[in-house]
Amino acid sequence: MARAVTPAHKATVTFFAWAIGLLIFFPILWTILTSFKTEAEAIASPPSFVGFDWTLENYSTVMERSNYFLHFLNSVVISVGSTLIGLLIAIPAAWSMAFVPGKRTKDVLMWMLSTKMLPPVGVLIPIYLIFRDTGLLDTRTGLVIVLTLINLPIIVWMLYTYFKEIPVDILEAARMDGASLRAEIIYVLTPMAVPGIASTLLLNIILAWNEAFWTLNLTAAKAAPLTAFIASYSSPEGLFYAKLSAASTMAIAPILVMGWFSQKQLVRGLTFGAVK
Amino acid sequence: MATQHSKSAARFMISPAVLLLLGWMLIPLSLTLYFSFLRYNLLMPGTEEWAGLLNYRFFLTDPAFFDAIWNTLLLVGGVLVITVVGGVLLALLLDQPFWGQGIVRILVIAPFFVMPTVSALVWKNMFMNPVNGLFAFLAKAVGLEPFDFLAHAPLSSIILIVAWGWLPFATLILLTALQSLDSEQLEAAEMDGASWMSRFFYIMLPHLARAITVVILIQTIFLLSVFAEILVTTNGGPGTATTNLTFLVYAQSLLQFDVGAGSAGGVVAIILANIVAIFLMRMIGKNLDA
Amino acid sequence: MGRIVLEKVTKSFGDVNVIPPLDLAIEDGEFVVFVGPSGCGKSTLLRLIAGLEDVTSGRITIDGRDATELPPAKRGLAMVFQSYALYPHMSVRKNISFPLKMAGLDPAERNKRVEAAAKVLNLTDYLDRRPGQLSGGQRQRVAIGRAIVREPAAFLFDEPLSNLDAALRVNMRLEISELHNSLETTMIYVTHDQVEAMTMADKIVVLRAGHIEQVGSPLELYRNPRNLFVAGFIGSPRMNFISGAEAAKHEAATIGIRPEHLAISKTEGIWKGTVGVSEHLGSDTFLHVHARELTQEPITVRSDGEIDIYHGDTVFLSPQEDKVHRFNQEGLRLS
Repeated sequence: MARAVTPAHKATVTFFAWAIGLLIFFPILWTILTSFKTEAEAIASPPSFVGFDWTLENYSTVMERSNYFLHFLNSVVISVGSTLIGLLIAIPAAWSMAFVPGKRTKDVLMWMLSTKMLPPVGVLIPIYLIFRDTGLLDTRTGLVIVLTLINLPIIVWMLYTYFKEIPVDILEAARMDGASLRAEIIYVLTPMAVPGIASTLLLNIILAWNEAFWTLNLTAAKAAPLTAFIASYSSPEGLFYAKLSAASTMAIAPILVMGWFSQKQLVRGLTFGAVK
Repeated sequence: MATQHSKSAARFMISPAVLLLLGWMLIPLSLTLYFSFLRYNLLMPGTEEWAGLLNYRFFLTDPAFFDAIWNTLLLVGGVLVITVVGGVLLALLLDQPFWGQGIVRILVIAPFFVMPTVSALVWKNMFMNPVNGLFAFLAKAVGLEPFDFLAHAPLSSIILIVAWGWLPFATLILLTALQSLDSEQLEAAEMDGASWMSRFFYIMLPHLARAITVVILIQTIFLLSVFAEILVTTNGGPGTATTNLTFLVYAQSLLQFDVGAGSAGGVVAIILANIVAIFLMRMIGKNLDA
Repeated sequence: MGRIVLEKVTKSFGDVNVIPPLDLAIEDGEFVVFVGPSGCGKSTLLRLIAGLEDVTSGRITIDGRDATELPPAKRGLAMVFQSYALYPHMSVRKNISFPLKMAGLDPAERNKRVEAAAKVLNLTDYLDRRPGQLSGGQRQRVAIGRAIVREPAAFLFDEPLSNLDAALRVNMRLEISELHNSLETTMIYVTHDQVEAMTMADKIVVLRAGHIEQVGSPLELYRNPRNLFVAGFIGSPRMNFISGAEAAKHEAATIGIRPEHLAISKTEGIWKGTVGVSEHLGSDTFLHVHARELTQEPITVRSDGEIDIYHGDTVFLSPQEDKVHRFNQEGLRLS
């Protein structure tokens, strides 16, 4: 709104917005702060905010003792792997639906979406048994397969909405200019869709990184990503606040950064274009 | 642009996605359905036999089932109320000009990116723990007895934890919708003498109605499947106080190894989710035409 | 070279028949304009020639070679789109050289051709800009540049001027005509604007509902429109039609007389009427005369710019007898 706001009003809004923003963010901030405390300071009463002896000890302990790096790597492989494979399958599919729409295109899109609405618990048992019998339990491959499939509808949908915004004329111009289908996709469509593809990639890495139903149920140790690794801290013997905080901070930090970059695309990706 | 050439190329390029999703949907679904009619326990392999509707009878007469349904509804409803009301208020606040908009936006969105197991553990230990948690400290500071949240108000605590993660989602979507409201409409209403309250109720809220519906439907789909938060904090307990349908099916099949009854529960969960999905799909489908 | 022949070409979308069987021959070097109201199938026809749509049946040959089944890339045609369809992520230079890159030319040769085209089109100073930084007319020229570097058998234009403002449109019209004069390549041009058709074409194809109503040079169509539709579509302001008793005097169901073939006088003439709106353009005056005994529609008269007749005046109109067009009951021309 192009209207002058009184400074007093703006100051009031600023105060409340920051207060609520900090309140909502506080648990994350507290976790990060605690990760730099000693275990004793972490449960000290009264708790201290910044006036403690900052230490990196928890980080090194977590890294040394718990195979943290293995689980981190599992998270990376699983989320990036499933997203890249998903893109590879979804780009041609989205191309088809956006640029060669047929009578059934809409039905196919809606059907793909409907698979996303299937509650995971409804298919947990067969997947668990199939994985058990094929040796895919507790393997990265198994999780990559599952996460690719559960996020494929979102990837197709997001790409579809981005591709839809590219005028068909331009692709037809490429065809008239002598481009083959492959050249059309590589030289014209993909460069034009780079922002869309990038945000699809980012959002799906986030979703896969945080996925905590299949990762908890299909892994034990070897292939456990950070979601499952952190869950192991819930057992009583693992109750060390500072170390828990350090492990948590490392688990959420990369995704927080990515999330902040992709916040503009989030709405579109998560509402399937129903809110613009 | 539709030549035979491009049409056949299109069919070829869409088929991997369609075939994979078709397999992903049909194979496990039909297996779940099939198992739900079997007497099938993982501890007694080889003894599977046709059980008819026995699993459904067992599952549907299990008192835990009704607790689970009730808990599921409370969990979904509670989180929805908090996130929608809080989201509308927050969106209204953040839509106004103030200093540091970008940073506050980032702060508010952050919880959405925290993985469920982390948020559950942080809340459980560092905030709700009756001895060392921050809430206990605050209670003691004002002279109150510390409250053991997860023991005495387990479901409400889980609702709080889950709502914290979804509030950013609701806020972000409602804020986006609010920003798409034509400011001339509001100015016209102001010229017509509408007060802030009437502008909110007659113009902003109707404009937000669609976004609110989308938020409710999408969150419902995800909230029906809340799992990690429960597993990490209460393990469904005390008793069945925090067992929702998803957790019950998990416990039935992977803890008690009763695949038959677990599958029957899975079928019930699918039916429940489908009721919501139908409404959601209709809305998205309508938007696809526009 | 660019002789394009359509034989019994049809196109249906599902059950809807857009182009009924149609035959048309476009000679090498001709400037052919497809003109008609929106929805008449002219753009579809162009896309069939381009290969962006399949024909449902029939045959298209380009220079004697059957092109019916060829994909657009293999037909050796170039197209300029209504939206220009420039590649937004490429500079003007890369846009123009894209077809050459697809054809596998080496970079040096590409550059030479791009520079030459840019010189012709006055784009030399803009070669390193992106399309987004150009004005509408410049984008149009880039689109044309992209088409000419390929040295195609024929150019296809799909309403290329409709996104430009009026003054620029007149300029571009001239530029395209000049381009045709210098290249002498076949051009097929689609428009709904009969002025563009009249000013640019060697041959006009008037289309309605997928049918060819008439094919001919601009003046042929102007002088001898084959039916009421063509008569009404070609010429501006449009022809006046009178039916009933007055037409019967000419032994026709309907007669048509162009505004410029009516003489107007305050004192004497054949038809009497009252002036309604008069539009004084300076060079010309268009008078809309109500003569209710003849027709309910006002009769448009084109007169010289300085004429001293205004709203409400009683006037007399006299058609030039040899310029009266006669049509029968079916709307066909009687000669």
